Amino acid sequence: MTKLVTAVIQPHRLDDVKSALEAAGVRGLTVSEASGYGRQRGHTEVYRGAEYTVDLVPKVKIDVLVADGDAAAVTEVILRAAQTGKIGDGKVWVVPVEDVARVRTGEHGDDAL
Amino acid sequence: MEFELDSGNTAFIIFAASLVFLMTPALAFFYGGMVRGKSVLNMMMMSFGALGLVSLIWVLYGYSVAFGTDMGGFIGNPTDFLGLQGATDDQSLMAGTGVPFLVAAGFQLTFAVITAALISGAVADRMKFGSWLVFAGLWVTFAYLPLAHMVWGGGLLGGGWFLVDALPIPIDFAGGTVVHINAGVAGLVLAIVLGKRRGFGREPMRPHNLPFVMLGAALLWFGWFGFNAGSEFAADGTAGRAWVNTTVATAVALLAWIGTEKIRDGHATSLGAASGVVAGLVAITPAAAAVDTWGAIAIGLVAGVLCALAVGLKYRFGYDDSLDVVGVHLVGGLVGTVLIGFFATDTDATWYPDGAANGLLYGGGAGQLATQVIVAVLAMVFSGLVTLVIALVLKATIGLRATEEQEVSGLDLTVHGETAYESLGAGARVVTEVK
Repeated sequence: MTKLVTAVIQPHRLDDVKSALEAAGVRGLTVSEASGYGRQRGHTEVYRGAEYTVDLVPKVKIDVLVADGDAAAVTEVILRAAQTGKIGDGKVWVVPVEDVARVRTGEHGDDAL
Repeated sequence: MEFELDSGNTAFIIFAASLVFLMTPALAFFYGGMVRGKSVLNMMMMSFGALGLVSLIWVLYGYSVAFGTDMGGFIGNPTDFLGLQGATDDQSLMAGTGVPFLVAAGFQLTFAVITAALISGAVADRMKFGSWLVFAGLWVTFAYLPLAHMVWGGGLLGGGWFLVDALPIPIDFAGGTVVHINAGVAGLVLAIVLGKRRGFGREPMRPHNLPFVMLGAALLWFGWFGFNAGSEFAADGTAGRAWVNTTVATAVALLAWIGTEKIRDGHATSLGAASGVVAGLVAITPAAAAVDTWGAIAIGLVAGVLCALAVGLKYRFGYDDSLDVVGVHLVGGLVGTVLIGFFATDTDATWYPDGAANGLLYGGGAGQLATQVIVAVLAMVFSGLVTLVIALVLKATIGLRATEEQEVSGLDLTVHGETAYESLGAGARVVTEVK
């Protein structure tokens, strides 16, 4: 079985998370720019007294496919590297993946990681 | 009177004219940065359109209507200097300071151009470009040129003051009534006739490039030295007075605007600093040579605070003066024009025309104040009526407003066939054919 670890984090923590994952032996990941909000909500900007409320704030989403037994460890690595202790640090979650295939070789399952 | 060339003054006025000329491209950046990215080119093109059209009108008949032989106190004779041909230098507007006819006429050209361009800020993102050009041509012809004549050309709001026996004559050194009240009222009327942008007050319409706005404001300040100091028509101590007042009033207005913002909104913003600069420049314009340093500081302070508050009026009253031509130019122009009535003085390198008087706080009584209020009201009524007639006629004939599709997609692409930024146009889309 394979697990998908997804993390939505502060953009400025990406470099640290990436290095920490590399050091932990993760060999590949997918990063996308995302926007959203949790308890942090957004911010307001004022232009000549006109207030604009920006609900969605920029985030970075990281997807990592890992072998079943590594999911908990990888989650911990991301938590440690992404944490600043302030509201808006983000979330990490893990879901099971039915199958993974490597396009180049046609390998399946953990062999494709 | 035999004309005697003063090469120092002449060099100064050619330089000042070039500085004022720079203000219109500066305004294009100031306004362009404040609109949304999909219509920035259209915004800048309204200023460039004025550069083209009003310059041509000025040399054809504009100068003559403003400064030709007086006809009834309202206009000058349009045929006096047709094409700026055939005049001698002793007919120069600045003959008294030894500046030749063409130099004086060129200097005044730049004022007509920027005044028309100022109005475009009220109609951002939604006016047909062709209708803007027609409007600008008609407005300069029927609003700017007559008012310039009435105030500066010896007409009934200036040297030919019709209440001359009862009250002092008006003071408008560099264009509080002719330029700023005039353009401000025109912007208000045109914005109302044109209607609001789609989504006004609901969708975000934030400035797309604040560094452009800062750049524009800085270049406007620089160009304004020519506007105000050059209006002395000579390189002398009074020009220096105008330069110093222009700087100090603007500096104080900048601080006053961001101070007002800090108290009201919690932030001192770059847009506020740039806006404060323009508010101060506008307000000191009519008073540039007619007040001392304390007067300039007071004018800058009042303009900075009042204009910062006035830009909120459009939300309360529901008119879409998109870039605050009313809040900055009309209110700033009124502040300067009226405060002359308190601060006018003719000591310490200051100057006002013969027949004007000291202000209320400088021992001159309330006469000058009354004159300034009357002339401000008359300028507003005149500009408002003329603009209303032009706007309604155009609305009923060629139409003023771009289509909904053009407005939503952005005027840059739909009207001008180009986009300002790669991310908005062909650079970011699949190009199927390149001819």
